Amino acid sequence: MVVETAPLWAVLVAPALLTALAGVGTWADRLVEARAAGAASRPEAVLTGMVSDAARLLVAQRRATLAPDRLMWRLGVVVVPVAAVLAVVVVPFGRWAVDDLGVGVVWFNAMEILTWAALWAAGWGPNSFWSLIGGYRMVVQGLAYELPHMFALIGVATAAGSLQVGTIVAHQRHLWFAVWMPLGFVAYLLSVLGFSFTKPFDQPAGADLSGGVLVEAAGADRLVIAAGRWLLLAAGAAMAVPLFLGGGLGPGLPAWAWSTLKSLAVLGVLVAARHRMPTIRLQRWVPVAWLVLIPLTIVQVLVAALVVLAR
Amino acid sequence: MDAVVFWALAAGATVLAVAVFVVDSMARATFALLGSFLLAAGEIILLGLAYLGVVIVVMMIMEMVIMAVFMVMYMMNPAGLMPMSMVHNQRGALVIAGGVFAALAAGIFLIPWPTQGTHSSGADATFDLGKVLMGPHMLTMMLLGITLFATMIVTVSLAAARGRYDRLGDDLEGGSRQ
Repeated sequence: MVVETAPLWAVLVAPALLTALAGVGTWADRLVEARAAGAASRPEAVLTGMVSDAARLLVAQRRATLAPDRLMWRLGVVVVPVAAVLAVVVVPFGRWAVDDLGVGVVWFNAMEILTWAALWAAGWGPNSFWSLIGGYRMVVQGLAYELPHMFALIGVATAAGSLQVGTIVAHQRHLWFAVWMPLGFVAYLLSVLGFSFTKPFDQPAGADLSGGVLVEAAGADRLVIAAGRWLLLAAGAAMAVPLFLGGGLGPGLPAWAWSTLKSLAVLGVLVAARHRMPTIRLQRWVPVAWLVLIPLTIVQVLVAALVVLAR
Repeated sequence: MDAVVFWALAAGATVLAVAVFVVDSMARATFALLGSFLLAAGEIILLGLAYLGVVIVVMMIMEMVIMAVFMVMYMMNPAGLMPMSMVHNQRGALVIAGGVFAALAAGIFLIPWPTQGTHSSGADATFDLGKVLMGPHMLTMMLLGITLFATMIVTVSLAAARGRYDRLGDDLEGGSRQ
């Protein structure tokens, strides 16, 4: 077995590892930002800034708006990090996954889709114009990235003949899926930036909406939703490893080390994309997603099916 | 244990289903319905049909979020500020709902359920269920699925207000762009 279901205490370890990965991502992101701005960019200074920002948000007041739908608002904000944590249940760290479900790929997909509902509710809740538009934009964005994302996952599942993440990893013993399914890999990475509403797909929280879904989220609300965003990005990066990059398989090093290195590499690529690319307007992105990415990922599934038939 | 989980999920699904008709905001009604469906998906997973259960979770979240967009549009209830009611034509609705419930409940008692507890082929239960439901028509249904999907994409891209005619002009040559 390449991946096994870990003992029950892994339930506590997995969120901690995900938080650590998200923390490294945030730190790297801020480091690049500080360098670009010519500000203090010593790694430890950036780290201190991160911690103090989080602490400041924790003690800051929540914002009160007129006639909010508090239930929907809180629900939306809280579900963002919860979805990320639930998604990594099936993501193996080396040889261990919290639960290597037989339908792991579909489970990950389901948890990632939760962010649609969460952001729409978080945008709706405050009864605020800009955040409402931000929430609606997330639905448009979701419709754009979701189908290419699903076809990328279907390609992987077809190639491995299984929806179980462990089996998918085992099938990449000789060749990574990223090597012969590069279209699916790229579509998957784009969808990770999409579901974590990160640049270039940050229109739901766009600067042109003064922050969109984030505009009324202050204090702890802001911390939860901002952390959730990074947790989603980290979860997406971590899942790319078993799906496309051979999971913990690799020469020399133990499986957990390979998982860590590969996750960090994918996260680095995503953070770089965040800095290299400008925000893409949804009007421009949706046609590309539907008319280019969907057909390409369907062709990718066809290729995977033919390879399986020929084997 | 399974019985406890079954009843907890069933009770939760029923409470949320009732909530759909009690709350006065379209957003809350939609999310209550979503919650009810998610708990129903839990029942499917409890039956050993993990794939179908999780797929119901996937589909229902997508579907209900899109539903919320359309329902808010039709019910004219911006941000829940204008109280609305999900209950219309009460007497007729009660008769229909009561009739459907009675018919489904009668079905439970009238159907000759299989006596063997487990499925026979030893394969995955989802696989068996698919074979029983679809039988020899599986390939037809899969083609139908792809055709429906292609139709949806084509319909949307043709119907979109800001489509190719908008970008490329009436002759699609790109010359007459405004």
